[in-house]
Amino acid sequence: MFKLKYFELIRTLAVIFIAMLLSMLCITLISKQPMETMRVFLLEPFSSMSHFGNVIEVAIPLMFTGISVSLLFKMKMFNLGAEGIFFFSGLVAAAVGIQNGLNAFVHPLAAIAAGGVVGAVISVIPGVLKAKWNANELVTSLMFNSILLGVGLYILNYFLRDASAYTTSSYKIQQTAVLARIIPGTRVHIGLIVVLVFIALAHVFLYKTRWGYELRMTGANREFAEYSGIKTGRVIVYVHLLAGFVAGVGGSVEVLGMHPRFDWVALPGYGFDGALVAMLAKNNPAAVVGSAFFLSYIRIGAEMMSRYSDVPAEMIAVIQSVILLLVSADQFLKFWKNRMLLKEAQKNG
Amino acid sequence: MTEILLEMRNITKVYPNGVVANRDVNFALAEGEIHAVAGENGAGKSTLMKILFGMEEPGTGEIYLRGSKVRFGSPQDAIGAGIGMVHQHFMLVPSFTVAENMILGMEPRKGVAVDYAEAARITREYAEKYNLHVDPLQKVENLTVGMKQKVEILKALVRGAKILILDEPTAVLTPQETAELFEELKLLKQDGHTIVFISHKLKEVKAICDRITIMRAGRTEGVFPIGEVSEQDITRLMVGRDVVLKYEKDPGPFGKPVLRVRDLSLAGPQSKLLLHGIQLSVREGEILGVAGVEGNGQSQLVEAVMGRFPEAAGAIEIDGADISGLDIESIRGRGVAYIPEDRMRQGSAGEASILDNVISTRYKRKEWNAGPLLNRKKMWKLTESMIEAFKVKTSGPAQQIGMLSGGNMQKVVVARESFSEPRLLISEQPTRGVDVGAAQLIHRKLLELRKEGCAILLVSADLNEILELSDSLVVMYEGEIVAYFDKPSELSEQELGLYMLGMKRQDAEQIGRANHV
Amino acid sequence: MDKFFEIIFTTDFAFSIFRVTTPILFAALGALISNRAGIVNIGLEGIMLTSALTGVLISAYTGSALAGLLGAMLGGMLISAILALFTLELKTDIILGGIAINAFASGGTVFLLYVLTGEKGTSSTLASKMLPDLHIPLIERVPYLGPIVSGQHVLTYLSILAALGVYFLLNRTPLGLRIRAVGENPKAAQSVGIRVKQIQYIALVLSGLFASLGGAFMSMGYLSLFTRDMTAGRGWIALAAESMGRGTAVGTTLTSFLFGFAQALANALQLLKIPSELISTVPYITTVLGLVIYSYRQARKLRKGR
Repeated sequence: MFKLKYFELIRTLAVIFIAMLLSMLCITLISKQPMETMRVFLLEPFSSMSHFGNVIEVAIPLMFTGISVSLLFKMKMFNLGAEGIFFFSGLVAAAVGIQNGLNAFVHPLAAIAAGGVVGAVISVIPGVLKAKWNANELVTSLMFNSILLGVGLYILNYFLRDASAYTTSSYKIQQTAVLARIIPGTRVHIGLIVVLVFIALAHVFLYKTRWGYELRMTGANREFAEYSGIKTGRVIVYVHLLAGFVAGVGGSVEVLGMHPRFDWVALPGYGFDGALVAMLAKNNPAAVVGSAFFLSYIRIGAEMMSRYSDVPAEMIAVIQSVILLLVSADQFLKFWKNRMLLKEAQKNG
Repeated sequence: MTEILLEMRNITKVYPNGVVANRDVNFALAEGEIHAVAGENGAGKSTLMKILFGMEEPGTGEIYLRGSKVRFGSPQDAIGAGIGMVHQHFMLVPSFTVAENMILGMEPRKGVAVDYAEAARITREYAEKYNLHVDPLQKVENLTVGMKQKVEILKALVRGAKILILDEPTAVLTPQETAELFEELKLLKQDGHTIVFISHKLKEVKAICDRITIMRAGRTEGVFPIGEVSEQDITRLMVGRDVVLKYEKDPGPFGKPVLRVRDLSLAGPQSKLLLHGIQLSVREGEILGVAGVEGNGQSQLVEAVMGRFPEAAGAIEIDGADISGLDIESIRGRGVAYIPEDRMRQGSAGEASILDNVISTRYKRKEWNAGPLLNRKKMWKLTESMIEAFKVKTSGPAQQIGMLSGGNMQKVVVARESFSEPRLLISEQPTRGVDVGAAQLIHRKLLELRKEGCAILLVSADLNEILELSDSLVVMYEGEIVAYFDKPSELSEQELGLYMLGMKRQDAEQIGRANHV
Repeated sequence: MDKFFEIIFTTDFAFSIFRVTTPILFAALGALISNRAGIVNIGLEGIMLTSALTGVLISAYTGSALAGLLGAMLGGMLISAILALFTLELKTDIILGGIAINAFASGGTVFLLYVLTGEKGTSSTLASKMLPDLHIPLIERVPYLGPIVSGQHVLTYLSILAALGVYFLLNRTPLGLRIRAVGENPKAAQSVGIRVKQIQYIALVLSGLFASLGGAFMSMGYLSLFTRDMTAGRGWIALAAESMGRGTAVGTTLTSFLFGFAQALANALQLLKIPSELISTVPYITTVLGLVIYSYRQARKLRKGR
């Protein structure tokens, strides 16, 4: 019993172990000073407060997108719309953020709320298309990402662009809207607290409320849910609304917390990140914290590595894909689980 | 008798979920005979034939072909040894033409391309030779069932089958098509083919077969030359009791009707009637049994009551109010509980906890919520009391239901449905595939509910169960009620078998008593 | 508005439709083959990207455009074989597997390029070769037709041939028959001794082969170098084209041209005063609309069938 309960955890750890081994292999093959590069990759993130601060900063958006995607994946909805929503809601938040005349309490709140609501509205479209006509949510959400990028860049270039800035970016976000720093010596902002609250809320929602219950049952066995009297089409729609809201808030918080101006000119990649975080966390909000921090850690490690050694940070993309492939491989280590099941069956007679 | 062509010795097959499908089964086929394999659903006929066709590996046992031992690891091996199978669910590609289906996997070629002209020629040649007339260029999806079956037989023949297994070939045919099939089979026999004919339609078995092997509960009950057994004997051997369960229960009186079904009809695809003029009622404190060979409309009847067929004609009333057009939630809201036939698909969510599985029908109600939150503590207590009352073997309410054995899982499903003090319980195969202990416990719970005044509609293929528990009984055959009995416990299984197999039916007045007016 | 029609009704515009349709058509044919075998190949985008890079790298190192093309083909088939291994043997969910392959390609190409050339994001320092344009004698001189049909890239002609080839493969060859049987009713295929998994392997690798040609076109025809994420969603558009094309070679080819038209239109409209950011969304909007219309009709058909 004991062992079986921890099977998934052990499996995930095994995947991480393989991934780290693969990283070492990559480094050994590429680097001229493999030992030094490995040290940088593994330890540099912990070497100073500011480096560790980087880990936390990067983990914040990863947690947001991780929750958003977890909600959808838990329903077995493969929707990567978080990508476009992060971008577009960030832009909306920036647009509110560069306006004058609100106080430092209301301003960020208004900007984040705007981003969240826009995210929810965008997200619900693929949801409705799925619930009503079974349009493939993966393709529609990916197309939406590209559309949102185009429309967003248009808004940026034609309405928000500061011609005096050196790069393509918006006017400066007002000081009143910028999120407060909370750890001295780092850029960690209050978004950390916001996302932890969101995680707690997501946990409560998923496991303690009837709507979360409906979501979980629809995902676990839609036919059973229907026979129990759950209206699964409606569930699909409201889960998309929520997931979009979370992603929208995530994009807004990221922009207001980390960017003096809105300066994304390409999609920031949080959709795929969300899938990775969610899969590592087995779609469990509480575990999103751990998996987001792990990913953030190896990313910062990789960044340090590219800064201080001769191995590029993109190595991490390869490692991440291998993690995703293995984590979602049903048969990986399955023989072992079967053996445990058999033993248990024998024990119980 | 002629030479033994094929023999299966001491075949035992246990599926991973613990179901014993075949137990020490022996089966012998003589050259050139038509050999019937008869038995109820779940008796192990299909498994035995799948083993013979290389689709399942036997746990233990051997197969001998012309005296030498063979091993069939895949259908390919069986085909190579001259065995062909016509499956009950046709193994045809609907969008392909007849000729394409015929030559799939053994395509004649012209250069790199398929030689379609040759394919059509082969099809015509075989169709001619065996008098199975099909049009090679027709698409299979446009064919009638009878035609599709001919294609399946031809498919086996073109691959060189000398032994032909037909799995319930007449189940889907009209009487005319059946007669035609029999002529064709006789021709095949004359031509030297050996045929295994799986069926539970005794008239047909009598009409065409030379010998019969009877199976029940995974075992062989006997092998007879067809002339030496009567239909009554076969019925007795097929449906005989395994474990005799006896329950004490006091008779009636029953209260007012809770469920009333009026003139319910339902058309299936190709406008065949799946349900035809069903009339019945179930009263407070009454268990109404629905008997019948599976696939005679029982599951459609249940699904109609649960609101799955808004297009059905007729009326369904709960406590006098019409429920047609209502969705499942509203129907359940009127005090209807439902134990579905398939506990894995409709009855539970395997990856969720026991607790999550037992609250699925009640989580919305006020008493299970505290403000916006679910009252988990109360739910935990409820689950614990269910586990206790039903003696579910588990580590606790948080355990995944998919980890439980079949019997324990079913106990959880029955607990969920019966704990809500339902007005009407629809119970579909409540003890299928569960061990005797769990079955007895579930039976006693059903009787408790009955005593409390719940009306129970019990659909079951287990005759022992249905005869023992029911206060009254209807028999369904081809979508119709063909008999009604108000004292099922006095009914013999042989008698019941005759109605189930369509050999007898009552007159309209007798059947009409199911209305209880 | 006049300017708009001026742009549309030119031989240049017609010419460009063929050109921009090429990668979409290749990828859509890849989607078609694997879909007919019952597997949705979500990894097309990543396969194209990988091939775009391997084509550039190998042509630069060997100095031969043809070797580059072969390298691109091998790269694409290898990636799809990996995807097949994970989905068919390790039972990775096909969607997540495809997503992972795409991410792998997106980061892996940049990584590999950097390791080999020290450059991030583009291969501009590599002297990679391009595959040639072909001028067809005689037809070249036919007015209107000549400037459209002649002088296209060699892979553009190949894409049309590939469409015919896939049609032939699926509808005329034993392999095609088996692929379709496996996709439509795997049990039936198995019951006549066809090895289902083997067919699915073949279909996925073929799917990778076609997508790889689309990738090679991107970096050795459409552009003359590799840039990061240069496929820009064409793999996804191809998936939509396949499903709207109802899983037939003819339908898939036609919808590919429809999306190619949208893309060409987007390119051409950049000459007008409409903001290019908005115009760039036209192909994607067309795709969503196409998919919605298709799904709506499917859903209605399903409801009627019941």
